[in-house]
Amino acid sequence: MVSERQLEAIKIDMDTIEVSNLNRQFLFRQSHVGQSKAKVARDAVLKFRPQMSITAHHANVKDPKFNVEFFKQFNVVLNGLDNLDARRHVNRLCLAADVPLVESGTTGFLGQVTVHVKGKTECYECQPKPAPKTYPVCTITSTPSKFVHCIVWAKDLLFAKLFGDKNQENDLNVRSSDASSSAHAEDVFVRRKDEDIDQYGRRIYDHVFGYNIEVASSNEETWKNRNRPKPIYSADVMPENLTEQNGNVAKNCVVDTSSVSAMASLGLKNPQDTWTLLESSRIFLEALKLFFAKREKEIGNLSFDKDDQLAVEFVTAAANIRAASFGISLHSLFEAKGIAGNIVHAVATTNAIIAGLIVIEAIKVLLKDTDKYRMTYCLEHITKKMLLMPVEPYEPNKSCYVCSETPLSLEINTSRSKLRDFVEKIVKAKLGINFPLIMHGSNLLYEVGDDLDEVEVANYAANLEKVLSQLPSPVTNGTMLTVEDLQQELTCNINIKHREEFDEEKEPDGMLLSGWTQAPPAKDDKQSMNDKQSIGNGGDSSNALQTEPADAVKDGEMEEISEPSGKKRKLSEGSKASILDATDGTRNHKEVEKLDDDDDDDDDVVMFDDLDSMTNKKKRLQ
Amino acid sequence: MDGEELTEQETALYDRQIRVWGADAQRRLSKSHILVCGMKGTVAEFCKNIVLAGVGSLTLMDDRVVTEEAWSANFLIPPDENVYGGKTIAEVCCDSLKDFNPMVRVSVEKGDLSSLDGEFYDKFDVVVVSCCSVTTKKLINEKCRKLSKRVAFYTVDCRDSCGEIFVDLQNHKYSKQKIEETIECQLRYPSFEEAISVPWRALPRKASKLYFALRVLEQFEEAEGRSPGEISIADLPAVLKLKKELCEANALNASHVTDSLLERLIIGTREFTPVCAVVGGILGQEVIKAISCKGEPLKNFFFFDIMDGKGVVEDVSSPKKESK
Repeated sequence: MVSERQLEAIKIDMDTIEVSNLNRQFLFRQSHVGQSKAKVARDAVLKFRPQMSITAHHANVKDPKFNVEFFKQFNVVLNGLDNLDARRHVNRLCLAADVPLVESGTTGFLGQVTVHVKGKTECYECQPKPAPKTYPVCTITSTPSKFVHCIVWAKDLLFAKLFGDKNQENDLNVRSSDASSSAHAEDVFVRRKDEDIDQYGRRIYDHVFGYNIEVASSNEETWKNRNRPKPIYSADVMPENLTEQNGNVAKNCVVDTSSVSAMASLGLKNPQDTWTLLESSRIFLEALKLFFAKREKEIGNLSFDKDDQLAVEFVTAAANIRAASFGISLHSLFEAKGIAGNIVHAVATTNAIIAGLIVIEAIKVLLKDTDKYRMTYCLEHITKKMLLMPVEPYEPNKSCYVCSETPLSLEINTSRSKLRDFVEKIVKAKLGINFPLIMHGSNLLYEVGDDLDEVEVANYAANLEKVLSQLPSPVTNGTMLTVEDLQQELTCNINIKHREEFDEEKEPDGMLLSGWTQAPPAKDDKQSMNDKQSIGNGGDSSNALQTEPADAVKDGEMEEISEPSGKKRKLSEGSKASILDATDGTRNHKEVEKLDDDDDDDDDVVMFDDLDSMTNKKKRLQ
Repeated sequence: MDGEELTEQETALYDRQIRVWGADAQRRLSKSHILVCGMKGTVAEFCKNIVLAGVGSLTLMDDRVVTEEAWSANFLIPPDENVYGGKTIAEVCCDSLKDFNPMVRVSVEKGDLSSLDGEFYDKFDVVVVSCCSVTTKKLINEKCRKLSKRVAFYTVDCRDSCGEIFVDLQNHKYSKQKIEETIECQLRYPSFEEAISVPWRALPRKASKLYFALRVLEQFEEAEGRSPGEISIADLPAVLKLKKELCEANALNASHVTDSLLERLIIGTREFTPVCAVVGGILGQEVIKAISCKGEPLKNFFFFDIMDGKGVVEDVSSPKKESK
């Protein structure tokens, strides 16, 4: 993409190349699968631009070595990240280093490029970004109404219970009814000594799809306004013994231990086919059998991985059987994998368009053409005759705690909430500060670091367990706390307001942070009001991906407010044409940095917050 | 539709895009045959996109020898004489493209595009032409239209930091998603000749200025017997004169086609690589839509200009022949 001979670039990517990358990440070939993305990309670019200076770092951009000093080297930073956490991190570092940031994202046919310059435009966090989708525990354990609920159950509960860490807390037997039988039920999932594997499989099947459903079904309250689920027993679905089944079993199928698959074993070849209840049940039992027969060593340590064929088969089968029970339609392995793996769909063309637009903005930045900076949206459907829609950047949000250092307010019960709660639920979860330093005035209440001595570490550990008002430097109503992240050079001031009572349903954390807005995740269930906890699909909050494709823009419904070009907070449609000297090849540009941080195979996520505020319409997420 | 399933290899490679357009569309792509003529930077980008998408075959035509100008904007040509020496642009690009996706048959066709007959074009489902005269564009388009099977026709050209795409899908039936349901639709496209014959006054007042500017340059090059892009600042006075004449003939105010835009397009002889990526990406998407019959294709001109950053669609068709 770059033809400037004097350009130097540094590329950071922690990921390795996978087959599914190859449909769009064209610097990579089949022979590169397994190798470092940063390194292979560097080599590929040098082939057609040998004079360029490129340094490749096979590393995580959140590594402390990429500190503010590091970022200060650059004239511009280009992001091609796939998770919110990393984007926020880079955003803060760019602000601290005062380096312009060109952000971008794509999903399917949608994409966008935005420019962020400290003091001149919004930073990446000025507009709230949607949180990862979570589901109430109740919906997952007792009252699923969508296939995704069944997937989460199969993946985070059943799979985890059977094959994951046994010491991990698991809600599999949590029921809205009485818990008296739960002590007995704990033994159910453990395979008895010398128990026949087929028998074990059917026992598990009958317990989770039969017995548990019957028990849940008996609670009148739950089903007053809902259809009761039907219990399913293996004997009803598969009356014959598994080994005697005829028809689809591939008799000559040699099971390759390196690619163990229940589908292959049963002759179900097409991942796009939707299995019947019978097929799903067979896969369920066969997959369980194969785990024990071929991968026994891993049992107890397994976590779900979308590239683990057998795990995907098991989860699909289990989700399908549960779906059948609850009258939800079954899905193919292909679809289930996408949901369970949070796979973001991606094509080469959108990425090419966005890449071109990134370079165009980067050049404007290098030329310091401030008036020309644009946020550009690549639309799937023509809107106001446009497929590519440029928008002038907004001014910084004065109440953005990241770039405007506006203090936040926190309502909390200072006699009941501990410092630990504050650190986990506010500092880390909401503010995205993973290595915090917390001060009250000049008193250090808590910090993390390698250079702490034993006494300090013990001190801070003790502080975490104290309620706020009992801390060595008591935190009470009216206290101002300062939270810092040294790596991100972010300082955040929080005004503490004591409050006695919190609504258990609406404020389950017992805290209310204001002056900081997070876009609410689109809740499709009204039930969420009744639940205290929620389960995310995938769990890890650092992988904040939307579970469904962004289908944001409503065609033909954009409002155009024409404004003179000037950076008002409202939308202005493009600027007046003027000559852009974009092809001056004689300039001696310094460094350009490109960051790619594909944690897994998932590609970039589109954030359409700006369009939302323009159209006042919420995204449709189903 | 087809009985053939995608192979395991295809399913693994194309997983992320199958999630966008579905297995059926992917199957159609794998059976499609594309012809491309005139390989500059934008077309190189387009070729990369459709090879990655997994079309059945791609045939390249460009007998020009490789020059510094060629490899400066075409990333398929390494700047290494040991590699490109003695080869035509098409040949070098062919070698590079094969690498992107071994499942796509990429080949070179030599010869003069306009001398080839209908039987030749019948082998393809999509024809994309670039860097050729307006006469050639009309000619190829007509040859495609005469065939009994529908051959989609596209032109694409980038000058300076602008780009233009023209689309002719003749009579195109497709499906599109509206909320939860699938709707069947149809579009009728005018030929290239019909489109550029539409009187300028019939076009909306705010129609992209690029449309008019490029038509002026096209005419100029045609009249002077120049190759596309074979133009310099010395030609500016003559071009402006032609512009005035065309505007008069079309009863359009001469100021409607800005002199500065024409000047810019004349001076900027080379393509600008990020524009190639953008326009090549849009074109790739359009071709995929045409082959898969999924999604509403653009009708019938697309313009991109770095100056305003907009990617605009213009419908240049005669109202009488229009029917949806």
